[in-house]
Amino acid sequence: MTTELLTGAEMVVKSLSALKVKYIFGYPGGSVLDIYDAIFQQDEIEHILVRHEQAATHMADGYARATGKVGVVLATSGPGATNCVTGIATAYMDSIPMVVLAGQVASSLIGNDAFQETDIVGCTRPIIKHSFSCRSLADIPDALSKAFYLASTGRPGPVVVELPKDILIPQNKGPFNINTDITMRSYNPNIKGHPKQITKAAQAIASAKKLVIYSGGGIVLSDASALLTTLAETLKAPVTNTLMGLGGISGTHKQFVGMLGMHGSLEANKSMANADVILALGVRFDDRVTNNVEKFCPNATIIHVDIDPSSISKTINAHIPVVGLVKIVMQQLLDELKVINFVADEEALTQWWQKINEWRAVKSMSYEQDDNEKIKPQRVVESLYKITQGDAYLCSDVGQHQMFAAQHYPFAKPRQWINSGGAGTMGFGLPAAMGVKLAFPDKHVICITGDGSIQMNIQELSTCLQYKLPVVIVTLNNRSLGMVRQWQDMVYGGRHSSSYMESLPDFIKVAEAYGHIGIKIDHLSELDDKLAQAFAIKDRLVFVDIMVDEKEHVYPMQIRTGAIDEMWLKKGVKA
Amino acid sequence: MRRILSILMENEPGSLSRIVGLFSQRAFNIESLTVAPTNDNSLSRMTITTSGDDKVLEQIVKQVNKLIDVIKIIDITDRQHIERELLLVKVNAMNDTTRTEVKRLTDIFRGNIVDIGKQVYTVQLTGNADKLNAFIDALQHETEIIESARSGCVGLARGDKALRI
Ligand SMILES: Cc1ncc(C[n+]2csc(CCOP(=O)(O)OP(=O)(O)O)c2C)c(N)n1
Ligand SMILES: [Mg+2]
Repeated sequence: MTTELLTGAEMVVKSLSALKVKYIFGYPGGSVLDIYDAIFQQDEIEHILVRHEQAATHMADGYARATGKVGVVLATSGPGATNCVTGIATAYMDSIPMVVLAGQVASSLIGNDAFQETDIVGCTRPIIKHSFSCRSLADIPDALSKAFYLASTGRPGPVVVELPKDILIPQNKGPFNINTDITMRSYNPNIKGHPKQITKAAQAIASAKKLVIYSGGGIVLSDASALLTTLAETLKAPVTNTLMGLGGISGTHKQFVGMLGMHGSLEANKSMANADVILALGVRFDDRVTNNVEKFCPNATIIHVDIDPSSISKTINAHIPVVGLVKIVMQQLLDELKVINFVADEEALTQWWQKINEWRAVKSMSYEQDDNEKIKPQRVVESLYKITQGDAYLCSDVGQHQMFAAQHYPFAKPRQWINSGGAGTMGFGLPAAMGVKLAFPDKHVICITGDGSIQMNIQELSTCLQYKLPVVIVTLNNRSLGMVRQWQDMVYGGRHSSSYMESLPDFIKVAEAYGHIGIKIDHLSELDDKLAQAFAIKDRLVFVDIMVDEKEHVYPMQIRTGAIDEMWLKKGVKA
Repeated sequence: MRRILSILMENEPGSLSRIVGLFSQRAFNIESLTVAPTNDNSLSRMTITTSGDDKVLEQIVKQVNKLIDVIKIIDITDRQHIERELLLVKVNAMNDTTRTEVKRLTDIFRGNIVDIGKQVYTVQLTGNADKLNAFIDALQHETEIIESARSGCVGLARGDKALRI
């Protein structure tokens, strides 16, 4: 049998097919035109043309977050590749599987400051899991196979593959072979927890009187939410989720005490501060959770389970570290608890839950909405929850609206809440929602955003029209960079330096100009009806612009330099 | 505290920049760094001397290990180990007294004079960092150092223990 000879560009496309890719998000340019030509001549993979490469990365990212598959991006060399940097950093911070194919000038020109030459491998080195620079045709299938393997296993993350023009052109052909069953001698993530550590952890759990489960993005990424729920129900302990972990256990589960951290619930932060054992699952003790690390939960024994050893004891020392895939480790823990005949200490639990219920009774998330007042942003999120019956993908931008959404939409399932947690990238929401809608066209997909954030990738309204992606955009319009303004109110004596917008566009007209429908909501009395109207439209994108109270601050809020549970409940009111 | 880290990694373009980048990105300290292919050409071995408290060291080891190219990293400081550095130093040897002194010091430290010019001697010395420092101090008392180059430290654990795949 003679093997067919392929060009490098054809190899790229064939490799992606072999790796079961359905969509590529990208933007063409000189160095990758051969790949675009190869894409044109096949129909297994669909290319989605964005309007800015940053949006391609966020779209691939949203697609990856919602499906668990690797998101694929294609960009040309130089500015095309550098436009991807923010999206790569965003995916890196949240451990999202992504492969970015970046064009490069011809090998002979590399290093010459050639037209559209940028050292993209160098630029992205600190924000990727790994990168490959292909130097010959034969490198292509192997690099792509490895890129997918690395992006999606262990602690997932973005991988960049650099493709110089000369290995893509039609003049160069070679035999195509791809091995999708990768092993690498230098990369062997530890999946199973060490049995000794499992024993120690199970013993600590069994002797705990005030246990709390603190779980995060690792649960979502490893599809371990069913197991988390089982473990929590076995232990009858309270569960708190990080911003990245929301949906890991149902937001309406009676053991769920809410999100923790800077804008977490009082009961979540109090449970952490008063716990004697903290079972940390797929989390990284981010500074937005811990508050002052010096004062962090001094009386707790910390069991920290994570696939990435470098996450353990990085900021907070773990007493019982367990390196492994959180899903596997939780099963090991359940098995070990059986072996040691674990029975829940009902008396201790009663006392513990009594305390927790006292903290809950404070209702730290409550807000006041008068009928004649401006619409409160929290109220909008509650309406969204009701109208979508809790069954929407909520893709958020960054700011106050993000926190209100996280606080007031109880997520039933993992992957329903899609936000840039680690990087906090404004402009993420719309393209991410588009990636989700592409994967789940029959679901409600909401982009919840602010008047600031939406303008960071608003050009994608055009992409939405082209590919018929009828997401519902809900803008909590407070005519300001609300989160910045909140900090200025609280920390900078109310000096609103560059935090308000005096020249907002008419978003309804913008939406219409792009071929979509715009709905403006000014008054509380019309909120529910108009939202229902927006969601009744299934085949068109609806941009809902809601005027909300610009004075509303996100509460509760941790007091800076305080312990995890030192919080402002309202202006001037400490917990 | 000063630590000596031995790293075995894939001998691939970019591997070195990943390590160096990691140290600067995370504000870890590098005192010296040496790297070269091993007898197995597909592997490189790097020795880094660094300093930091236990917590920092733990992070350095974990972060380096996390790099995909890295196969193994060990901290050989607390093990029985052999540590060597090479010094080449060019000194002013303008008259008989200085020449004699330089020769004498070189002998005491078991170095070699490897090149001579009209007015200069070049001395080669191997040893651990302390020995090299002491030699330089002694030389400076006798003459002017024109230039010097140090290789940075390389090390191996003693005995049967080996860093290999
Ligand atoms: C790309 C980027 N630039 C700046 C910031 C800093 N930042 C965080 S929130 C925020 C304001 C967001 O305003 P808006 O989207 O209107 O949301 P709001 O807080 O008003 O709900 C800013 C500027 C950021 N997170 N991302
Ligand atoms: Mg705003």
